[in-house]
Amino acid sequence: MSMPYFTPSQDPGANFQELLSRVGLVPRTVQGQSIIDIPHATTCVAVTYQDGVVMAGDRRATAGNLISHRDMEKVVQADTYSGVGIAGAAGPAMEMIKLFQLQLEHYEKMEGQQLSLEGKANQLSTMVRANLPSAMQGLGVVPIFGGFEPRQSKGRLWDYDMTGGRYEEREFVAIGSGSLHAGTVIKIGWRAQMTKSDAVSLVCRALWEAADADSATGGPDVMRGIYPIVAAISQDGWVPVPDDELAQVFESIIAQVRSR
Amino acid sequence: MTMPFYVPPEQQMKDRAEFARKGISRGRSLVACQYLDGILFVAENLSNTLRKISEIYDRIAFAGVGKYNEFDQLRQAGVRAADLKGYQYARDDVDARSLANQYAQMMGHIFTHDQKPLEVEILVAEIGYEASQDRLFHILYDGTVMDESRFSVLGGDADPISERMNASFSAGATLSAALKACAQSLSGPDKTLAAVDLEVAVIERGDNRRCFRRIEAIEATSLMG
Repeated sequence: MSMPYFTPSQDPGANFQELLSRVGLVPRTVQGQSIIDIPHATTCVAVTYQDGVVMAGDRRATAGNLISHRDMEKVVQADTYSGVGIAGAAGPAMEMIKLFQLQLEHYEKMEGQQLSLEGKANQLSTMVRANLPSAMQGLGVVPIFGGFEPRQSKGRLWDYDMTGGRYEEREFVAIGSGSLHAGTVIKIGWRAQMTKSDAVSLVCRALWEAADADSATGGPDVMRGIYPIVAAISQDGWVPVPDDELAQVFESIIAQVRSR
Repeated sequence: MTMPFYVPPEQQMKDRAEFARKGISRGRSLVACQYLDGILFVAENLSNTLRKISEIYDRIAFAGVGKYNEFDQLRQAGVRAADLKGYQYARDDVDARSLANQYAQMMGHIFTHDQKPLEVEILVAEIGYEASQDRLFHILYDGTVMDESRFSVLGGDADPISERMNASFSAGATLSAALKACAQSLSGPDKTLAAVDLEVAVIERGDNRRCFRRIEAIEATSLMG
């Protein structure tokens, strides 16, 4: 492949997806029947706390009634100060995350500065919207986006619908098949200016209840040592919560449940 | 009907080369050298926003001298080529040698086919996992690629700066020592360049995926002090 060099009128600027289409790397949309038995990823939640945002997602992917993956990472770092969580068809969802991460880095390198947090949220919205034809065939992808806003020194959260609609939330977000249960737990437990450890406990409890009621959401897999992905985004950037800390949080949840 | 004058190809190439060299010599020079933890870039640059040194990929950086708009367009093409390759294959498949070859082809083509040659010289540098794997590809306006070692000097005053670099360069120098050597070589006997006159950046071996880092004037001043 020769070096991508464009005339000013053809130049795609800092837009990586536009660049992909200029060099012919965008797959064509498939026409026809909807496909249902492909892996689906499920519950993701995010809450604001005193220093920023805590995001969490379970690890299970399902294809119909079968478990297809036990250690999927649906909540990933997008760049230094932001993260993205995803629910829906696993293939397109992973591709969307990969493209989103690349787009943020590509923009930063091309322009010499990072996109604003609002700009990143908007960028993701465009990508969800571009996936609408696939969503109509059952390959829908719905992300959540959270990050730390350095100018206001606080965390911000967005959720999306399949048409690319973008909604900023002040307190929390829950998406995916277990979102009804997870969202209810968070709605009851959420407090303004929570500490990090309270926020981590709350999202773990939310995922626990989602896994308890929804077969497509995975709980903590103590036998294999697989725990949900939980990470905090604050002034210190993206900091994942280590598994041994999560193990303790889930032990106390199990103890609470046992003593009911 | 007027007949175009016949210009022998030798003369044509010579004229073009002279034109490019003149353009490049009008700008300020740049030095890149290996140091203890990677590769250091130092450019004489009065602007704090129009950069000569930038990040291309995880372990690869770009530096250009000459006409800003021309080398910046080359920089953008490099970022695009690298990001596309990393997207299509894997991040490990993006390497400086292949980028340098693509640049050389493009610049060579422009030199012979376009209205005017590019008035730029560029450097594509990559750090390996060990110092012996570091790469410095110096590419001229006509597409000539030079695989250099230890250090590279770009720009109009390259010869005297190279001589001074040769004298002051030592392998495995600390960042501070390497920066001093580069700044002194760029300065020469007639003038002294302070940290605010310089654009400084490194690609450094470490735990980060993205190894490129700018060294702002405050840090550069303390390193040179």
